[in-house]
Amino acid sequence: MQIFLILLAIVLVLVVILQVGKAVELISVMKTEDEYREESSESNGLWFILTGIFLLIFVVATAYTSYDKFLPVPASEHGVWIESLINVTLFFTGTVFLATNFLLFYFSWKYRYKRDRKAYYFPDNNKLELAWTVVPAIVLTVLVAMGIDKWFKIFADAPEDAIKIEATAKQFGWYIRYPGIDNELGPRDFTLTNAENELGINWNKTSSQDDFLADEIVIPVNTPILVNIAALDVIHNFYLPEFRLMMDAVPGVTTKFWFRPTITTAEMREIKGDAEFDYELACNQLCGSGHWNMKKTVRVVTEPEYRAWAAEQKSYYEQFVKKADEAPEAVAEKADAAAELLSDKK
Amino acid sequence: MATTTIQEHGVATQHTEAGHHHHEETFFTKYVFSTDHKMIAKQFLITGMVWAFIGGLFSVVFRVQLAWPDETFPMLEVLFSNWFDEGRLAPEAYYALVTMHGTIMVFFVLTAALSGTFANMLIPYQIGARDMASPIMNAMSYWLFFLSSMIMLASVFLPTGMASGGWTIYPPLSALPQASPGSGMGMTLWLASMAIFIASTLLGGINYISTVLNLRTKGMTMFRMPLTVWALFFTAIIGLLSFPVLLSAAVLLIFDRHLGTSFFLSDIYIGGQALDYSGGSAILFQHLFWFLGHPEVYIVILPAMGMVSEILAVNSRKPIFGYKAMIFSILGITVLGFIVWAHHMFMTGLNPFLGSVFVLFTLLIAVPSAVKVFNWLTTIWRGNIRLTPASLFALGFVSVFISGGVTGIWLGNATIDIQLHDTYFVVAHFHIVMGIAAFFGMFAGVYHWYPKMYGRFMNENLAYIHFFVTFIGSYLIFWPMHYLGMSGVPRRYYSFNEFKAFSEYNDMNVLITIAAIVVFFVQLVFVINFFYSIFKGRKVTDPNPWKANTLEWTTPINPGHGNWPGELPVVHRWPYDYSKFEDGPDYIMQTEPMTEQEKQMELNQKH
Repeated sequence: MQIFLILLAIVLVLVVILQVGKAVELISVMKTEDEYREESSESNGLWFILTGIFLLIFVVATAYTSYDKFLPVPASEHGVWIESLINVTLFFTGTVFLATNFLLFYFSWKYRYKRDRKAYYFPDNNKLELAWTVVPAIVLTVLVAMGIDKWFKIFADAPEDAIKIEATAKQFGWYIRYPGIDNELGPRDFTLTNAENELGINWNKTSSQDDFLADEIVIPVNTPILVNIAALDVIHNFYLPEFRLMMDAVPGVTTKFWFRPTITTAEMREIKGDAEFDYELACNQLCGSGHWNMKKTVRVVTEPEYRAWAAEQKSYYEQFVKKADEAPEAVAEKADAAAELLSDKK
Repeated sequence: MATTTIQEHGVATQHTEAGHHHHEETFFTKYVFSTDHKMIAKQFLITGMVWAFIGGLFSVVFRVQLAWPDETFPMLEVLFSNWFDEGRLAPEAYYALVTMHGTIMVFFVLTAALSGTFANMLIPYQIGARDMASPIMNAMSYWLFFLSSMIMLASVFLPTGMASGGWTIYPPLSALPQASPGSGMGMTLWLASMAIFIASTLLGGINYISTVLNLRTKGMTMFRMPLTVWALFFTAIIGLLSFPVLLSAAVLLIFDRHLGTSFFLSDIYIGGQALDYSGGSAILFQHLFWFLGHPEVYIVILPAMGMVSEILAVNSRKPIFGYKAMIFSILGITVLGFIVWAHHMFMTGLNPFLGSVFVLFTLLIAVPSAVKVFNWLTTIWRGNIRLTPASLFALGFVSVFISGGVTGIWLGNATIDIQLHDTYFVVAHFHIVMGIAAFFGMFAGVYHWYPKMYGRFMNENLAYIHFFVTFIGSYLIFWPMHYLGMSGVPRRYYSFNEFKAFSEYNDMNVLITIAAIVVFFVQLVFVINFFYSIFKGRKVTDPNPWKANTLEWTTPINPGHGNWPGELPVVHRWPYDYSKFEDGPDYIMQTEPMTEQEKQMELNQKH
């Protein structure tokens, strides 16, 4: 009934609009075509330039007042580079956007139809056309050069001393694996993958045996971190917005991204004035119905804090695999632990 | 008795209708299985309008979810009971709606309906041909589109749901039914529908190209063609070269899904089971997909650009500025459009060197686009602009094309893309530059050529309401999304509540949704105006109501099959001689022979 009434209301509004439209049109046909066109262009021109002024004010005002809010402080070294490139690009594209939109609205109004005027016959002009081919080309070359320069820096090989961590996505959560004391992630082999060992880690290698799995990402500030990114089932994306870090997680492939966090969680809480603030890991590639809910907390701490935390973590092999090999009843315990790791701590 | 009359009539008109035969037309041959390019154009347009309504409605439903994630909507549940659970949209249904919104809008509305309508209608009219090179193939193109539409529509009613892996259908998500309910029957129908759709597009495209190359009337050299025809010609070429690649991707995906091959699948562990696919590459699919997917955006935007160029020239009473530059910029966009696809894949782990090459080409494509914008601005400069509904939408097109175009320079630069990839910034960018812009081009085209389609005018006052609300509304929907994207809010999220950083902007999502609902409903004003005017619109009395130069306005107000009752028109000049002389009318039609004075002027220019 409610729906019916609403539909009826919509139909009525449309009928009214239609009738008004018809009535106005009846008046307009009494005039000659040229008279009508001049009058309608007069009012449309005014509406159009007013709309244009409104839109340009809306854009500039919102951009100006919300610039800081909407461009959050980058928390990594390369995030600052990206921010400066955004500022340069914003300057050029913003200028073009304002100038061309302004001219469009202004010309449309200024040169609106008048019966007794004639347009200026101006079919082409090589100098003008050359100018607006060459000038954009130069500006774009500058932007390309600046962009590619930083691009290669960001994707250069990670420093030797980078801390290696591994993030493996599955529907709908993340496994975070740390390399342990040797800073060497133990090798994985897809043929070993099963419900007991979803990551397919080869536990026979010594480099695997000190690896530990964590239920949050903890990283030291100002230290290069190399993230190995993988997926078990479908494509996911390892996304840390504050660090300006994003990389697809593709089944069958290991992708990499290294970065240097520059602001600890505690410092960021102060910057934001929000004692509850936490960095969050999200998925940024549609991966199924739970795509929007793949959170993992990221904690950036000082170097000593990190060492203390890492020292507390127990080897996954020692904790579960070895025990399970010896005592079959420990298998269930291991499965519980895995489920807990996948979900977010908070 | 009746037959003889018709035969006599046929004989009587033989002489005047130069080689054109009158058939006894039944309802079926005239309106359904027609081979007349004009009727096929209308079929594409009206089918497209139905699809646009469905696609738009879907977006309103999922926008409601984004604005009020915690509220229940029992009313919507009554309408869409399959997708709602206790008054709330289910996550799976949300993704299915997003997927179908994209698929419908990109393929069925902005490819089929836009090219299908205007290439069919304008190419024969504007080059002086009686019909397409192959009218039968043309009808087949529409009916294959219709078939593919029906298959896609059927998937909407599946109990397991429509395809839900995004319109880009990346495997493995789309390949494995265990990954998502929509990847079962819904995806099977999606792929079947799309394969037929591609066949339809190819039949149409071959026809458009051969018609332009072979059926131009006497005097219609390539460089005397209106820019609409140029744009539609290049659009057809792009489609012909890129759609087969999508077909190959779709076929390989069908193999992976049903025959156990591993083209796109490797090392997959899902649902507690390690699958035995090995050696495939999920990224290969993305290369194949975007090899079409990127040129596709030019398939969508070029016809709009062509129509806007024509409509701005006619209504400014001025020649289009830099006619040849406009053609070469379309050519430049066409060529560059084929070598920029991987900018959609900067974050897939692509080799950084390859990435840098795609940055270069992607930013280069801004040059021909900039040339076009400056040329449109110069076209209206010192013009005498009649602000008709068509020209308002054309001017609106230029505005949104600029606004959406400049952000392409952000996203095309891979370094910035690290921050903005797959965020709402991208949603804002492509909706403005290809969604809204292409729709504006389409509206401009419909309002401008409506008198030629139905011999009547659409109501202009309703059109003004339609334009201003849509124009402001579009900015209100999509402009704030730039801010959301810059702050990191990802696209394709069912709800932002789980993340503190993303849930801060709920007010903005409410604003966007309200604007979207208003814009959706104001489109009904257009739909009503369109259908009402077919029967009750003001009748056209002058065969050339806009005082334009091109050939379609030399046909009778309601032309029959064959377009011109007598001989085909002969062309003597380019289509943009507006306000050429101080005195006399401000337009000279293409059929008007050159005067001695004009010939002298041209000679002088050459020296």
